[in-house]
Amino acid sequence: MVLFHSISGALRAEKLLKAEGVPLKMIPVPRHLSSDCGICIRFERADELKVEGILGRSKLEIQGIHQI
Amino acid sequence: MIYLDNAATSWPKPEVVYQAMNNFMRQVGASPGRSGHRLSIEAGRVVYETRESLARLFNIDDPLRIIFTSNATEALNVAINGVLRPGDHAITSSMEHNSVMRPLRALQERGVELTVVSCSKEGFLDPGGIEKAIKPNTRLIVLNHASNVVGTLLPVIEVGAIARRHGVLFCVDAAQSAGAYPLDVSFMKVDLLAFTGHKSLFGPQGTGGLYIRQGVEDVVEPLMHGGTGSRSDSEHQPDFLPDKYESGTPNTVGLAGLGAGVQFVLSQGVDALREKEEKVMYLLIEGLGAIPGVTLYGSGDAREQVAVLSFNIAGIASSEVAMRLEEEYDILCRPGLQCAPIAHKTLGTFPGGTVRVSPGYFTTEDEADIVLRAVCNIASMGKGIGL
Ligand SMILES: Cc1ncc(COP(=O)(O)O)c(C=O)c1O
Repeated sequence: MVLFHSISGALRAEKLLKAEGVPLKMIPVPRHLSSDCGICIRFERADELKVEGILGRSKLEIQGIHQI
Repeated sequence: MIYLDNAATSWPKPEVVYQAMNNFMRQVGASPGRSGHRLSIEAGRVVYETRESLARLFNIDDPLRIIFTSNATEALNVAINGVLRPGDHAITSSMEHNSVMRPLRALQERGVELTVVSCSKEGFLDPGGIEKAIKPNTRLIVLNHASNVVGTLLPVIEVGAIARRHGVLFCVDAAQSAGAYPLDVSFMKVDLLAFTGHKSLFGPQGTGGLYIRQGVEDVVEPLMHGGTGSRSDSEHQPDFLPDKYESGTPNTVGLAGLGAGVQFVLSQGVDALREKEEKVMYLLIEGLGAIPGVTLYGSGDAREQVAVLSFNIAGIASSEVAMRLEEEYDILCRPGLQCAPIAHKTLGTFPGGTVRVSPGYFTTEDEADIVLRAVCNIASMGKGIGL
């Protein structure tokens, strides 16, 4: 799952990832992690490299990618 | 009724704007970016979609570089007050709205130097005049894109190139041009673009924003600090966009309407919208120019301006003309100085001002004919009749 600094960033990422066909879900951040904005995107572990690539190319700043 | 005050606020709006606002109020309603629940996320999406549509319209790569404000005035205040410090020098033109002039004049009293470059009496600006005014301490050039008094366009592309070459920040007031004339921030080399939502973008009042070029945010202080829904563990303002400049719960219902308005502009195309308005403007310019006793101001060429037109009738005050247009013909327009005293000084119409008529998307050619006949009647009857 990927965490963001702001909801605007999370929403931009959601659109970028959806456009590339990455299955995902936008959910509130689980309690054991803490995020700046309270929202994160959950995706399949198998898509991790793809997600990193897409977000890297967009120069969107993220707070981090975590395994749950 | 014929509404010819679209330069103040466009009205009516496309049906989709009413629908989007009604739908938001009834179906979504929540605060965006504050809580993780689905209505909050949906509200966030509505705001994000509006950002993205605007980014497409202005050719901005990253939608998060657009910050929302309550109007162009607030956006201009963020840009002007955020950049300039005592000892800095700023340059502007003699065709500006008070939303540019007053923040600059206020800063002048606090040690900012200001040069106002004169425009011609038709409202045109020579870019060379801007370049000559640049000094070692020049930090910012602020120009309107299209005049709210006569609709003339200032040479923003040329000035953008000059500003970039001299390492000076360039801020454009696009209140009258956004949605009405093509705008491309990278082609125009604009660092800060202020726009308002309620004119040619067809949004409701209380919406507007500022585009801030990558890296420029480092030298633009926010006007307000406060809650953003992000970095809630910190007592300090976030440094990333848009949150750095977006404190407090936004006008989400307004942004829902603005999003629908911008979608409407994108679906019609700026060129097609312009062509439609240009036809009406052509009729008005030709027709008014042919009426004895009527003086037209500005370029006199519908292709060189946006849909804003100023005139006077010899011997009758602009306020009286406007009153008679409303009372006798049900035509609504705006007389006087239109918040731009310096522009009227340039045009030679200060302090009496002008009668300003501004058609919009819904103005028809038949309505333009009615307006021409009304002005013709008032001009031929002359002063004092009907009082
Ligand atoms: C050229 C220009 N600049 C700034 C503004 C201010 O816009 P707003 O009233 O939406 O703040 C206007 C319109 O009122 C305008 O025409």
